[in-house]
Amino acid sequence: MKTNELIERPSKEFNNDFEVQSLDEGYIQHSAQDHFPQQKLPYLFAGVLFGILLVKSEVISWFRIQEMFRLQSFHMYGILGSAVIVGIISVWMIKKFDIKTIRGESIQLFPKKFNKGQIYGGLLFGCGWALTGACPGPLFAQIGTGAFIVIITLYSAIAGTWLYGLIRHKLPH
Amino acid sequence: MSFSEWLHEPWPWYVAGPLIGLIVPLLLIIGNKPFGISSSLRHICAACLPSGIPYFKYNWKHESWNLFFVAGIIIGGAITALWFNNPKPILLNPILVGQFQQQGITNFRGLLPPQLFNWNNLFSAQGFLLVVVGGFLVGFGTRYAGGCTSGHSIMGLSNLQWPSLVATACFMAGGFVTANLIIPIILKW
Repeated sequence: MKTNELIERPSKEFNNDFEVQSLDEGYIQHSAQDHFPQQKLPYLFAGVLFGILLVKSEVISWFRIQEMFRLQSFHMYGILGSAVIVGIISVWMIKKFDIKTIRGESIQLFPKKFNKGQIYGGLLFGCGWALTGACPGPLFAQIGTGAFIVIITLYSAIAGTWLYGLIRHKLPH
Repeated sequence: MSFSEWLHEPWPWYVAGPLIGLIVPLLLIIGNKPFGISSSLRHICAACLPSGIPYFKYNWKHESWNLFFVAGIIIGGAITALWFNNPKPILLNPILVGQFQQQGITNFRGLLPPQLFNWNNLFSAQGFLLVVVGGFLVGFGTRYAGGCTSGHSIMGLSNLQWPSLVATACFMAGGFVTANLIIPIILKW
């Protein structure tokens, strides 16, 4: 008997999105209790922390993004570089010492498979990042700081995601 | 510098960068979640406008932690703006400041240049390209690439995934071309 029948998988859909964990091959749903709203609060607090970091580090500033792409400052490279180094050490330690989640589950990490979308989509996103001065996380943070015009940017990003879903089977991957 | 002044200062990269990196183990240890934000846009589509499209037919409720995470980002942005806001203009490279001033951008307060990102400008070609076209490319491009700066450049690279390195290189390439060749043209309008 499989225990994860709950999870609906889109039939025969090619998966190039490794951020939707329940679509990953071999994903095991551990936490049935994860569906209660109070179980989501830790993620809300993690988001608050990340939002504060995004604003205080100025990575959500349109000006900082222009400075980065014009190679006029080390700031953004320093942030991304040190974040990746800390991330690499953390993931290595989790694997090395078999660190469990707070509920005692084994931590599952899934490989990201290569497809041409990472090139074409990456170039398009890079273009959007320079124009708006924001990637998806900063969009939400900018709205939080009161830059309400960014709500239009967010609606447009949702429309872009929707259109990708509609025409993806016609795109090279 | 007084304590209250210090609270309003922006943080240097060597403080903020490592703390951002710690979000990766934090989400894994809280509940086995991979850091990645752009998928929230897909969940919003799946929840609100699935329109029978197979790409949006999945159990988005199973991924709803991600929507709580982005709601937290909005709250975090609001908390910072209300109580820890930096009132001074952003300290940029003087070369960039000079280049922008020549193109008419003189207000360096806030996170977005108020002269470009305002409701009146939205209906000009300039504002439309920066806000609407830019936003569209962020949403379309991140899903086509399967991730954004957080999902590929931080989470993917932390897990030593080479496709994420390819994606990151393409993010940067797209950004370099746009910021150096296209934005100077847009600013002239």
